[in-house]
Amino acid sequence: MAQITYREALNQALREELDRDERVFIMGEEVGYFGGAFKVTDGLLAVYGEKRVRDTPIAELTIAGAGVGAAMGGLKPIVELMTINFGLLAMDQIVNHAAKIHYMFGGRAKVPLVIRAPQGAGHQLGAQHSQSLEAYFLHCPGLLVAIPATPADAKGLLKSCIRQDNPVIFLEHESLYGVKGDVPEGEYLTPLGQASVLREGKDITIVSYSKCVYDAVAAAEALENEGVDAEVIDLRTLNPLDTATVVESVRKTGKAMVVYEGWRTGGAGAEIAAQIYEAAFDHLDAPVERVATLDTPIPYNARLEKAALPGAADIVKVAERMV
Amino acid sequence: MALEREKHIAERALLTMTETQLLDLYRRMVLIRRFEDKVAEMYSRGKITGFCHLYAGEEAVAVGAISALYDKDYVVSTYREHGHCLAKGSSPRAVMAELFGKATGLSRGHGGSMHLFDGELRFMGGYAIVGGGLPLAAGLGLAVRYKEEPQVVCCFFGDGALPQGAFHEALNMASLWKLPVIFICENNFYGMGTLVQNAICQEELYKFAEPYKMPGVRVDGMDVLAVHAATLEAAARAREGEGPSLIEAMTYRFRGHSMSDPAEYRSKREERIWQERDPIKHLRRKLIQDGRANDARLAAIDNEVAAVIDDAVKFAEESPEPALDTLGKYVYIDADGAE
Repeated sequence: MAQITYREALNQALREELDRDERVFIMGEEVGYFGGAFKVTDGLLAVYGEKRVRDTPIAELTIAGAGVGAAMGGLKPIVELMTINFGLLAMDQIVNHAAKIHYMFGGRAKVPLVIRAPQGAGHQLGAQHSQSLEAYFLHCPGLLVAIPATPADAKGLLKSCIRQDNPVIFLEHESLYGVKGDVPEGEYLTPLGQASVLREGKDITIVSYSKCVYDAVAAAEALENEGVDAEVIDLRTLNPLDTATVVESVRKTGKAMVVYEGWRTGGAGAEIAAQIYEAAFDHLDAPVERVATLDTPIPYNARLEKAALPGAADIVKVAERMV
Repeated sequence: MALEREKHIAERALLTMTETQLLDLYRRMVLIRRFEDKVAEMYSRGKITGFCHLYAGEEAVAVGAISALYDKDYVVSTYREHGHCLAKGSSPRAVMAELFGKATGLSRGHGGSMHLFDGELRFMGGYAIVGGGLPLAAGLGLAVRYKEEPQVVCCFFGDGALPQGAFHEALNMASLWKLPVIFICENNFYGMGTLVQNAICQEELYKFAEPYKMPGVRVDGMDVLAVHAATLEAAARAREGEGPSLIEAMTYRFRGHSMSDPAEYRSKREERIWQERDPIKHLRRKLIQDGRANDARLAAIDNEVAAVIDDAVKFAEESPEPALDTLGKYVYIDADGAE
């Protein structure tokens, strides 16, 4: 198996799906000649041409809306929003249109659209470039939300998303693009709605997704030295949400913590905690904890930014209190 | 004057159309008017609920434009879309049933008055966010170009959509990529209760075409032939790969913004002036004057339409409610394509 980066894994998935299905095309700001703001689409224009790798004007609402229309017209668009922060300009087309069309037309229309967007903090980009907004999309019925942590899942999930018929928000973390991992060559699909247990343990369940998965694994290793055996679960998709895997783990450990980079209040962690309470209340020996971003906009200053974000040390501290 | 030129083209259309075509225009307009009158009646009887925006008075725009298209051309519409949907050929039964919220409705009772959809006829939906349909129309145009098909996309919206970003973004994108889209602005002078000149700095709306480098025309939206002729021209251009056009159709809604709006912001005098320009009476007079139809023939159509509407109401009333277990259906599509 080849060791490639998260970025390369996404690029590989895009190439394979462009090869596989004539209806698949990419559109977004700077996806063509620039090669993608984060270089995910690098090299694709030269191979597939302007028809299938289409640079757009800066007009997020209409980029997303044209994606919806093209999907209704029989294509399989992959829309790249340069970052999720800019994606807020497209919320009308995502929430009022993409998410509603299948339902409000009684199942008679479909929108097979993948919207890819980088998100996340950690690069001192300030309040308007550092948000993690997965909860906004998780809240809306009709949208799938995929949020891979590993290069293999980046590839496998993207391919699965492109092949199904619902609108999907596919969130990539900006800090992960350079992360390397084993990625199967050729056909490799990660099923939607199946969490992955990255580390088995019996004392506490750490549920996470995206970049925080790495902090969770680092924290679990540190906890091991203290004699605490932590189980780490990477959800991989938030909708569908694999509650079964989480609940099974909590039944075993009796303790659960959710770690995520969205804001603590109203974040995906609140939903996951609620589902744990509903399904495994009798198995819990302690309240479910949330380790997340402080409820402030993300500051520029490096020390402040780091302090706002959840990290391995925060996870260890909370885990020590719980066990 | 843009309107003068369009008038001449409309006169020419009258001369070149066959009697069958002309009577079909008349029939479709009467169908929409009687349908909307019946909807108002059913609404006041509580059979139809929710928001309901009637198209009475504007029939010449939908019928004029859609009659200039081929069956496989796409139509995108707004929340005032009963007229466009019927003009595209949807069954009055299925439209009425949707308004009644019944399982036999176009959207199986999940959509309602504002969300009709008829994929087979390429009526691509009514959208209830002002300006929301324009980006979709651009995307459909992109799909048509991508697949190298000969179709065009006809996108209707009101004057209220002009100040929205979606209008400007979509026109820019459609023009930039020469997409086969006909943008038809139904200027009925009011966005809800706000006059166009109180909402838009440029009240000659067709002039927005110029900065987006596409043809823009203002037509008499009470004259079905004028709208038809302008749409034919725009469609031909789009099919040739020359890109989008903007048509501003000057029209008037005979009722309020929605069923709950008595339209007190308009004067009775103004309403009377426009009632006198009723597009159906206008066509009727023209057909008789030119000897293309007689009273008896037109009355026969009126009667035939009345029966169709009665049948639609009967069908809607007798249709079942959607089963409760369809509540959670159609949210997602399973991997195997199931609901």
